[in-house]
Amino acid sequence: MEHIQRRPTGVARASSGLMDGLQRWLPKLVVAPTFILIGIGIYGYMLWTGVLSFTNSSFLPSYDFVGLAQYAKLMESERWLVASRNLAIFGGLFIGICLLIGVVLAIFLDQRIRQEGAIRTIYLYPMALSMIVTGTVWRWILNPSLGLEKLMHDWGWTSFSFDWLVDSDFAIYTIVMAAVWQASGFVMALFLAGLRGVDSSIMRAARVDGASLPVIYWKIILPSLRPVFFSSVMVLAHIAIKSFDLVMAMTSGGPGYSTDLPAVFMYAHTFTRGQMGLGSASAMLMLGAILALLVPYLYSELREKRHD
Amino acid sequence: MNIFKRHLTALAVSAALMPTAAVQAGEVEVLHWWTAGGEARAAAALKQMMEEQGHTWKDFAVAGGGGEAAMTVLKTRAVSGNPPAAAQIKGLDIREWAELGFLTSLDSVAESENWDQLIPPMISDVMKYEGEYVAVPVNVHRVNWLWVNPDVMEDAGVEIPTTLDEFFEVADKLKAEGYIPLAHGGQPWQDATVFDAVALAQLGPEDYRKAFVDHDMDVINSEKMEEVFSQFARVMSYVDDDAAGRDWNTATGMVIRGEAAMQIMGDWAKGEFTAAELTPGEDYLCAPAPGTAGQFTFNVDSFAMFSLTEDEDIKAQKDLARTILEPEFQTLFNQNKGSIPVRTDMDMGAFDTCAQASMETFRSSAEDGGLVPSFSHGLATTSYIQGQIFDVVTNFVNSNNPDPAKTTDQLAAAIQSAM
Repeated sequence: MEHIQRRPTGVARASSGLMDGLQRWLPKLVVAPTFILIGIGIYGYMLWTGVLSFTNSSFLPSYDFVGLAQYAKLMESERWLVASRNLAIFGGLFIGICLLIGVVLAIFLDQRIRQEGAIRTIYLYPMALSMIVTGTVWRWILNPSLGLEKLMHDWGWTSFSFDWLVDSDFAIYTIVMAAVWQASGFVMALFLAGLRGVDSSIMRAARVDGASLPVIYWKIILPSLRPVFFSSVMVLAHIAIKSFDLVMAMTSGGPGYSTDLPAVFMYAHTFTRGQMGLGSASAMLMLGAILALLVPYLYSELREKRHD
Repeated sequence: MNIFKRHLTALAVSAALMPTAAVQAGEVEVLHWWTAGGEARAAAALKQMMEEQGHTWKDFAVAGGGGEAAMTVLKTRAVSGNPPAAAQIKGLDIREWAELGFLTSLDSVAESENWDQLIPPMISDVMKYEGEYVAVPVNVHRVNWLWVNPDVMEDAGVEIPTTLDEFFEVADKLKAEGYIPLAHGGQPWQDATVFDAVALAQLGPEDYRKAFVDHDMDVINSEKMEEVFSQFARVMSYVDDDAAGRDWNTATGMVIRGEAAMQIMGDWAKGEFTAAELTPGEDYLCAPAPGTAGQFTFNVDSFAMFSLTEDEDIKAQKDLARTILEPEFQTLFNQNKGSIPVRTDMDMGAFDTCAQASMETFRSSAEDGGLVPSFSHGLATTSYIQGQIFDVVTNFVNSNNPDPAKTTDQLAAAIQSAM
C-alpha cells in the first residue's frame, strides 16, 4: 500500500517541478522566436546592408571592400540630391499639413455635432486604402488630359490649367496632396481620441474664468496633447521616409526623376541597375536620417517622462 | 565572387560522388516572363516542341516589372546553387552572369548546328563569353521604327519623313492641322528609345557605336553630341504636354485612333496594331525612324543557359538551345511576338510586310555596318551605364529650360562615373 500511495505524490512532485520550470521558461520560450526573427530579419539585415555599402557589390553581393567610395559616388549623383531634396519638401509639407488638418478636424468634430460617427468614418476611410490605390486615383484626377483640368474644360472654363503632375518643378507637390489626403484622417482620429480623454471639468473651469474657446484649445488642451503630437509625428515621419508605393503609383518618379524619393532611388539602383553597393549606401543614409530625427526626439520625450 | 565559384565547385564535386541517377527523361526548367498574349502562345509552342522530344518542361514564369521580379527570383535560385536550366537574360547582363561562373558553354551545339554561319557576328558576340556561346538568341527586335497613321498624314497632306529636317517640316504641318505630331509616353526608357533613334540619325552607326558601346569620350563629350541633344529636344517638342508617365501602348493607341500621327518605337508596337485588327501597309505604316534608313538598332531577347549537374538535364538543355534556333520555332515565335528571326537564312514569306522590311534591313545592315546594338534596351552597355544615360536623357526632356551643352557635360560625367 505504502509504495502505491507514495508513487502518485512522487509523480505529482516531479510534475509540479516540471510545471514550475515550464512556467518560468514558457514566457521566454514563447517570446524567443520573435526575438530571433527580429534579430535576424531587422537588425541582422541592417548590419548586412551596412557591410554591403562598403563593398563594390554589383548585381549580386560581393565582399571586395572599397571603403567609402559608394558614399562618395552617392554624393556626386545628381539624382540622389534630387531625391534628398524631394524628401525634405515632401516630409516637411506632409507632416506639417497632416498635423494642421488633423488637429483642426478633430477640434471641429469634438464640438458634439450631429452625425459625428458618420463624418468621422468618412474622414478616416482613406487610411483604409492602399497607397497604390490612392496614387492611381490621384494620378487620374490630376492628369490634365483625363481628370480635373479636362472636366473644367468640358464645363466651359477653358482657361483653367492645373498641370502640376506633368511639370517636373511641381510634381512633388501633387505627391504631397495625395499623401495628405490619405493620412490626415488618421491624424484626426488620434487627436480626437486625445481630446475625448481631456477632463471636461478643465474646460468648464477655464470657461468660468472667462477664457474663450480658441484660447482654451490653444493654451490648455493642445499642450496637454503632447504625447499625441509625439506619436503622430513618429508615424507620419515613418510614412514619409519609407514612401515608395505612392510615388511608384502616381508618377514612377517622373517626370524624368523629378519626384524620386530616397526609397525609389534605393530600389532602382539595388534591383534594376545592379548597383547593390550604391543602393545599400543610400539605404544606410536613409537609416541615418531616421535615427537623426528620432533619437533626439525619443530622448527628450522619454527623459521628461521619467521626471513626471 | 570566389565564394560562388567555390560553391559551384563543391556542388559539382558532390554531384560527381553521387551514384548515377536512374535513367530518366531530362527536365528543362525555363525562367521567362512571357506570360501575356502572343508571348505566352510562343512560350507554349516551345514547351510543346520540347515535350515532343521526350523531355519534361518545367515552367518557371515570373510575371511583372519587365523581368525585374524574375531577376530577383533568379538571383536567389542561382546563389543557393539551384538555378533553372535556362533564363531569359539579355544583352550585357549575360556577360555579368558568365563572369560569376554560372553559365555553361553551348559550343558543342553551336558547332554541330553551325550557329556562327546563321547568326550575324554583331549578335553572336553578345551571346558569347570568352569566345564560347553561353546564351541562345531568340528573336530580333528593330528599335528604330516610325509607326505612322496614313489617314492622318493624308489629311494633313504630308509624306512620311525620311530625315530629321523633313520630320520637323511634316510635324509643323500636322500641328497646324490640330494633330499631335508625335505620340510618346514620358517614361525614362521611352525617352531613351527616341533619343536612341535621334542619336543614330545624327551620329551615324560608327559614332553611335563609339559613344554607346565603347564610351569614347571624344564622341560623348563633343559638339556632335550637343547637336544630338538639340535635335532631340526639337523632336520632343512635338509631343503633347500630357505625355508624362504614359505607357507606350497608350501612345500607340493615340496613333491607332488618329489623335497622333507618328510614334518612334520598337516593333513590339505591332502587337497593338494587330490587336486593333489593322493591316500593316494599309491601315498603318512602318518606316525607319527619320534619318536612319538602312540602319538597324537591334534588341535581342535571349536565353542564358546555366550550369547543371544531371546528364539528362544537360541533354535536355542542349536540345532546348537547338530547338530555339530551328526555323520552325523561329517562325512561330516571331510571328506571335512581332519581331524577326535571328537567323538570316530564313524564308520570310509567312511574315507581314513590316517584318519582311525589317529582315531586309537586318541582312543588309549586317553586311555594311549599319547594324548597331540598342543602348536603350540594354544591348550596348551595362545596366548601370544605361541607367546613368537614362537619367541624363530623361532629365533633359523634362527640364523646363533644356541646355544641350550642359547636358553633354552631364552625360560625359555620368558615363565616366559608372565605368
